[in-house]
Amino acid sequence: MTGPAIHRLPLNAILGTALVGLLVAAILIGLFWMPYGPIAIDLDHPLAPPSWAHWFGTDQFGRDVLSRAMLGARISTSIALGTVVVAISTGTCVGLITGFLRGWTDRLLMAASDAILAFPGILLALALIAVLGSSRSSIILALSIAYLPSVARVVRSAVLSIREREYIEASRVAGDGTIYIVLRHVLPNALPPVVVLATSLFGWVVLAESALSFLGVGVPPPAPSWGNMLSDARPYMEAANWLSIVPGFCIMGTVLGVNLLGDALRDWLDPRGET
Amino acid sequence: MPAPLLQVEGLRILAVGHEADGRPPLLDDFSFDVAPGEFVAIVGESGSGKTITARAILNLLPPGVKRAAGSIRLDGRDLMTLSPDQMRKVRGGDVGMVFQEPMVSLNPALTIRCQLAEGLKLHRKLSSVEIHRRCLQMLTRVQIADPERCLASYPHEFSGGMRQRIMLASVLLPKPKLLIADEPTTALDTLSQREVLELIVELARDDGVAVLLITHDLGLVAQYARRVVVLEKGRLVESGETQQILCHPAHAYTQRLVNSLPHRPDVRAAINANAPVVLSVARASVDYPGRPGLLRAGPPKRVVKNVDLQVREGEIVALVGASGSGKTTLGRAVLGLKPLSGGAIRFDGVDLGAMSPRQSIDFRRAAQLVFQDPFSSLDPRTRIGDTVGATLRHVSGLGRAERRARVEAVLDEVGLAGFAERFPHQMSGGQRQRVAIARAIISRPRLVVADEPVSALDMTIQLQVLTLFQKLQSQYGFACLFITHDLAVVAQVADWVVVMSEGTVVESGMTDAILDDPQHEYTKALLSATPSFSALALTA
Repeated sequence: MTGPAIHRLPLNAILGTALVGLLVAAILIGLFWMPYGPIAIDLDHPLAPPSWAHWFGTDQFGRDVLSRAMLGARISTSIALGTVVVAISTGTCVGLITGFLRGWTDRLLMAASDAILAFPGILLALALIAVLGSSRSSIILALSIAYLPSVARVVRSAVLSIREREYIEASRVAGDGTIYIVLRHVLPNALPPVVVLATSLFGWVVLAESALSFLGVGVPPPAPSWGNMLSDARPYMEAANWLSIVPGFCIMGTVLGVNLLGDALRDWLDPRGET
Repeated sequence: MPAPLLQVEGLRILAVGHEADGRPPLLDDFSFDVAPGEFVAIVGESGSGKTITARAILNLLPPGVKRAAGSIRLDGRDLMTLSPDQMRKVRGGDVGMVFQEPMVSLNPALTIRCQLAEGLKLHRKLSSVEIHRRCLQMLTRVQIADPERCLASYPHEFSGGMRQRIMLASVLLPKPKLLIADEPTTALDTLSQREVLELIVELARDDGVAVLLITHDLGLVAQYARRVVVLEKGRLVESGETQQILCHPAHAYTQRLVNSLPHRPDVRAAINANAPVVLSVARASVDYPGRPGLLRAGPPKRVVKNVDLQVREGEIVALVGASGSGKTTLGRAVLGLKPLSGGAIRFDGVDLGAMSPRQSIDFRRAAQLVFQDPFSSLDPRTRIGDTVGATLRHVSGLGRAERRARVEAVLDEVGLAGFAERFPHQMSGGQRQRVAIARAIISRPRLVVADEPVSALDMTIQLQVLTLFQKLQSQYGFACLFITHDLAVVAQVADWVVVMSEGTVVESGMTDAILDDPQHEYTKALLSATPSFSALALTA
């Protein structure tokens, strides 16, 4: 069905690209130049409101909020990206194996993932970080383990329906082995929900990392992440509201942008949408 | 002639955007009428606008589709001028509708009682005792055994044929004047199809209900309809008395439809009894595992029991049976896709269960499968060329260029030259089925199992695909196990017929012998349930 042109305009793609583009630009520029040193303390100007000198103001130690938000973007995004890559790749593998092979492997792995799902994600991550110690890689590991089961579940349910399709049987009749069938026919058809999941997972991880940093077990100071910026801002909520508004908007914009882009990506990836 | 009950005049239906793209309307200047108590059939292929007509009558057009011109009168009342409230009284009250898919047209979460009583409560003011009495009575009339228990049951407890009868009961309960049946038996096997249609005819006659049957099956039309309306691409082609139209079609399209009915060849090539046996099945049984219980699975269910059959080189053996007779399972077992739980299957004299790895690789290439559903048998993310060439991956010493050439050649053979780069969704059902055939024959197989290869296709397409299949079969001389429920197709293609019922072979023999002189009761029932208009042609 062809709708009027307005319906075909991918608004989500445009807005999503714009927001994610902004994020990427902030990270890239931050690699070469920042208005001030993000951890440079300037005790002459603590809690300065936004001005031409400090666009987003300064915090209680006089550090430039814009610079900190730019570095925070780099740190938060790298953690989110790392977690998404680890959780999606291992989760997809687990989902493919359990969904396609069924039997005891399926029951064992799914029982394990149910056990993980029984913990609230943040609580599990907290416990893991308590064991592993607080560093960026342990945050990535902890969050990956917390989110892996939901990825595995989504992939597994897609695989369960795909494995009963006749083209799988046709591939078997052609003489293809299990690994080839899984990689050639099952995986590509199971991917669209994974792509969407990956983008919303990115959003969750940004939030979860912020929450962990807010609780003081995330990115260790003085390195800024949006989460520990928010955490630092808490005592000054009334006196210096820009301290919470800036990282808050950063988190919101990133999560929204990535989710919108994910929807657009799914529409675009589907070959049936071409005609 | 009495005043018509339903009168459709100059109906024109458009889909949003179609005109701008220069595409024709879904229905254009379509007129027909139905007299009270009359049985009229609308015939056409998919996309001809039959279902849209039914929906237009009930004012249930899908979003984006609208009526642009024409009138629809029921009992002289213009249905276009009715308010939504009045229209609701017409639906179900004056006009009832039975849908194609019995598996999804009943609500699985409600008991049969709720769903039967619903229509009555809406359209007739009756006490609950009276409603109960009428429901029981109607269920008895549609020949449901133990109607009292049926009322308390849920839809999943019934088979497709039973559900369609229940559906029919619920539609007929408020005593409509017109029953619209949209492909009511397409999803059913031959025997249930006959039962449901006979019921429709009988109940409609008893209650004086007019029936508008929407179908693609000319055999059904010949058997049941008094008048027929032929639609092609939204336009009326021809209408009139069934006998007249089917025996002396005036329009070229109708002629093509009639000619595309499978027909029995007058002379069949003799079977070569000395040809080597490619496939031999000896006392084969297949079990399905039982329902998984809490600790261990329930007892296995035997779906194929001690089946014997043989297919020789160059021979087409038809495996016939109702749904659930085990024919598809046997077809899969023959290809080694389902493990046997008894007996043996030999391919060129070698037991499938005792093949060396080398032999099973060769077997994979030598035994191929054509599926029923052209929509789920092709990977939506794989280009046609890759799908067709998949089997060649396992042929050693075949270069990329050679493989491409073979794919091009075989696509050309099935009439799809230049389609290699397309995706399945860019093709029609008939084209997809040609792809499935190409995929099966590209490795020059010794045996092809064809599982209902044409039953999902339109009449004219069905003929084309069947003819193509026969041509390729005689050209390459592969042995073929042809699984079908349609005896008309069997009559056209098969050399030998094996009839299965409830997992066992009840009868087998030469095609003509089985068709002309069936011995087993089940075969007889199957034959008499197969709609054909040979009888009609005789009386003409």
